[in-house]
Amino acid sequence: MSKSGKIFVISCSGIGKALGTVGRTAMYEVVEKLRPNEATTVCLPLITIGDETVLKLVRTNSCISVDGCPFQCARKNIEASKGKLVASFMVTDVLRENRGLKPEGVIELNPKGLKLASRLAEKIVRQIDETNKNR
Amino acid sequence: MAIAKDKVGIVSCSGEDLPEGTISRIATRMVLEKLRPDDTVTICLPLFLAGSEDERAFAKVFPTIAVDGCDKRCAEVGTKKYSGKPVATIVVSEIIKKYPRLKAKSRDKLSAEEKELALKVAKEIAAKVDEVLGRKKLRGVTG
Repeated sequence: MSKSGKIFVISCSGIGKALGTVGRTAMYEVVEKLRPNEATTVCLPLITIGDETVLKLVRTNSCISVDGCPFQCARKNIEASKGKLVASFMVTDVLRENRGLKPEGVIELNPKGLKLASRLAEKIVRQIDETNKNR
Repeated sequence: MAIAKDKVGIVSCSGEDLPEGTISRIATRMVLEKLRPDDTVTICLPLFLAGSEDERAFAKVFPTIAVDGCDKRCAEVGTKKYSGKPVATIVVSEIIKKYPRLKAKSRDKLSAEEKELALKVAKEIAAKVDEVLGRKKLRGVTG
């Protein structure tokens, strides 16, 4: 199925921290379950290496970055590639609003981490709906 | 710049769009957490572009193994472009061909079958880590 026309939700690779897994899990919750017809994803490393096909997609479709930590790799890679960034989310911000949901585990998230991912997914969905309303 | 003598860097593609990318990420974590925790370090691949010169020094400091999900080889290409040439590359989609019984289907939570596949990839990464460290030790002996 063509990805063009959808909103790209792009999460960081976050291999070093549970926060990265939260962002990645939230992204999948959005693109596979909550808004599969409106949103899709792409490999962030393809943006990092400058893959022409992917660069064209992120430059011509709205993108939402989802980052685990303040390094904000997803946001910065999209910006550096001149992607059409409409919103950015950071797991640390959502954690600040949900202090009881401390995520643990990179290979497998603990239940609190999964709940935190769902809270983040809800925020991303609201942004997708808002973006589509304003199109 | 000093080269680390006893650690191997592992850079995984983590490819969010493909099940093989998730396998590469989980297999890398298995090596870091369980199989070779004292011998390995990692860095997020997109941090090469988003970070500073400190992050980009990674492959100059650590002999680095790239772990890629598919034949686009983003980890290998990205590491070479921003940091330094990896000493080896492991491509998940090639390893999968050796185990036709095991399929990678999920990008999110891995099934038992996918975890088994990730462990097989992890063991290949660990063997490569040993090879890299062994080669370095041999160099130390022979000067």
